[in-house]
Amino acid sequence: MQGLIEFIEISLTGLGMGGLYALTGVAFVLIYKATRVINLAIGEMLMVGAYLFFGLAAGLALPWWLAILFALAGGGLLGLLLERAVIRPMLGENPISVFMVTIGLGSILVGLVELIWTADPRRLPQFLPDEPIFLGPVFVFPEPFWSFVIAAAVIGVFVLLFRYWRGGVALRATALDQGAAYAMGINVPRVYALAWMLAGMIAAGAGMLLGSIAGLSPALALFGLTVLVVVIVGGLDSVPGVLLAGILIGWIESLAGSYLGGEYEHLVTFALLLVVLLVRPWGLFGTPEVERL
Amino acid sequence: MRIGSPKQSYAADEALFRTPTQWTWFGILLVSLALYPFMADQYWLYLACLISINIISATGLNILTGYTGQVSLGQAAFMGVGAYTVAWLDTHTGAPFFVNLLAGAGMATVAGVIFGLPSLRVKGLYLAIATIAASFILQFVFINWESVTRGMRGMNIDPPQVMGTALADPDQFYWLVVPIMVVMVLGAANLFRTRIGRAFIAIRDRDISASVLGIHLPTYKLMSFAIASFYAGMAGGLWAYFFGAINPESFPLLMSIFLLAAIIVGGMGTILGGILGAIFMTLTPEALRYGVDLLSPFIEDASVILSPVRTMVFGLLIVGFLLFEPHGLAEIWRRVRRFFHLWPFRN
Repeated sequence: MQGLIEFIEISLTGLGMGGLYALTGVAFVLIYKATRVINLAIGEMLMVGAYLFFGLAAGLALPWWLAILFALAGGGLLGLLLERAVIRPMLGENPISVFMVTIGLGSILVGLVELIWTADPRRLPQFLPDEPIFLGPVFVFPEPFWSFVIAAAVIGVFVLLFRYWRGGVALRATALDQGAAYAMGINVPRVYALAWMLAGMIAAGAGMLLGSIAGLSPALALFGLTVLVVVIVGGLDSVPGVLLAGILIGWIESLAGSYLGGEYEHLVTFALLLVVLLVRPWGLFGTPEVERL
Repeated sequence: MRIGSPKQSYAADEALFRTPTQWTWFGILLVSLALYPFMADQYWLYLACLISINIISATGLNILTGYTGQVSLGQAAFMGVGAYTVAWLDTHTGAPFFVNLLAGAGMATVAGVIFGLPSLRVKGLYLAIATIAASFILQFVFINWESVTRGMRGMNIDPPQVMGTALADPDQFYWLVVPIMVVMVLGAANLFRTRIGRAFIAIRDRDISASVLGIHLPTYKLMSFAIASFYAGMAGGLWAYFFGAINPESFPLLMSIFLLAAIIVGGMGTILGGILGAIFMTLTPEALRYGVDLLSPFIEDASVILSPVRTMVFGLLIVGFLLFEPHGLAEIWRRVRRFFHLWPFRN
């Protein structure tokens, strides 16, 4: 019985992280679907969001809700800026070059953050409720629990937005067929900007949640690598796939970390990644690429 | 002004150096490499050794990524395999250094072929991500295979012995690393005069067309991984001997990105690119350090900003070169040369 309760507790903590993976994965897929860019800088965008919140809430002593709003806006602005200044000139280039550009961007962002806030670990101001939560006999850490709830709510809002909002429809249309979207009068470059802005905001939000769980340091950017695993496993262009894979990988990681030891967390996820790449490179729900000469 | 290229045989067309001028310049380069240790101090010799090691590794990556089109972010991990093999052999068997170096390169080749297997199934970005996974798994092995790698404590390696003298200082080590570098770079340059090298280029340009032409993709892709990891293993072994101590953090993912950045900055798919890129990327942090030293009277804690500035400049170089000079330094060099060839006419 004790073992079972422990298993459930570990699983629930894993689900909490999984919610964050899913949330960040949605940001990644948003960018990929709209602009076909594999954005390796997503972890760094997330980290910048968390640091913006830290700077506003702790440095400028703003109330936490205002700091969150400004940090989200800052994340969106960062997305816009990156898209306009770097990604748009690179569109249509060899995908490998674009991929490398995002690695370079990540490096720039890490350097900027370390320049402003130094590389020392920090503590984010508390903004999630911190009373422990009991589901029957099962104890759940409050931070993962609330981040899961928030992540699920935000994902829900975005799914509805994609479904019903005009901008969301334009986004899906562009993802489906760029030429046709142009012909229907959709301003495709604006859609690109929109996708990057939304992704930047989501990443900033995920960064604040993650920072409140794991503490704040430039190492937060490594989170992006696990998100990469999540989106590959789920399928690069599939939102449901990413949601499922995010939860799954959060869960597996947490199990591996608790039962095998912390150093196995990444080993297990990356081994899973290699297996998925060998067996089903397009992921659980992604579209297989058909190549024609 | 030089005009025309009056080649009369295929051999002349695929020669490494096409004109007597090029032979002369190559000779001058070799002579100056041989004279360099007599003029430079220890610091500059240290840099020369480091640059040579990076050139070897970058050239290997260039064969794989620049010529075969298989993007790899695992080059540093393969260097680690070479370095650990050398360190283990050095402490446990005491074999002569060139045996250790070759064994290290051999082990790295094996690792490269194993982790190159995903390339048979996936390509492009997926392959790049698979190599990230490979580099994490190898890192895990370095940390946790305590009985061989001694985990986080790392391993110490004695400097290589040649006829009783230890090559401990950069001015002695120079005579080991630079000849190896020259041989390996020449080997890479000559590779692309053979069927294998041309098959690599065909795979890069269009893999499906290449296989229609009768190039067996699995064989040649794995061969490319093998050669690239051989170079990485050799560079890693030399790295271990040069620094005398390795630990799992010596070969991080960032180093793979550094090497990829070196061939992007230098110019992918040219031998010269790998060389120029490695030189440029190794010297940039040193230049930055010099710059920060100059600033230190004016800014408090100037040395604290060095590391973030280095990270930022590193990113800026990648982004800047990809945006504005995608063919890298090698292309700039070509433009300069063309200017002199065509002088006094414009272009």
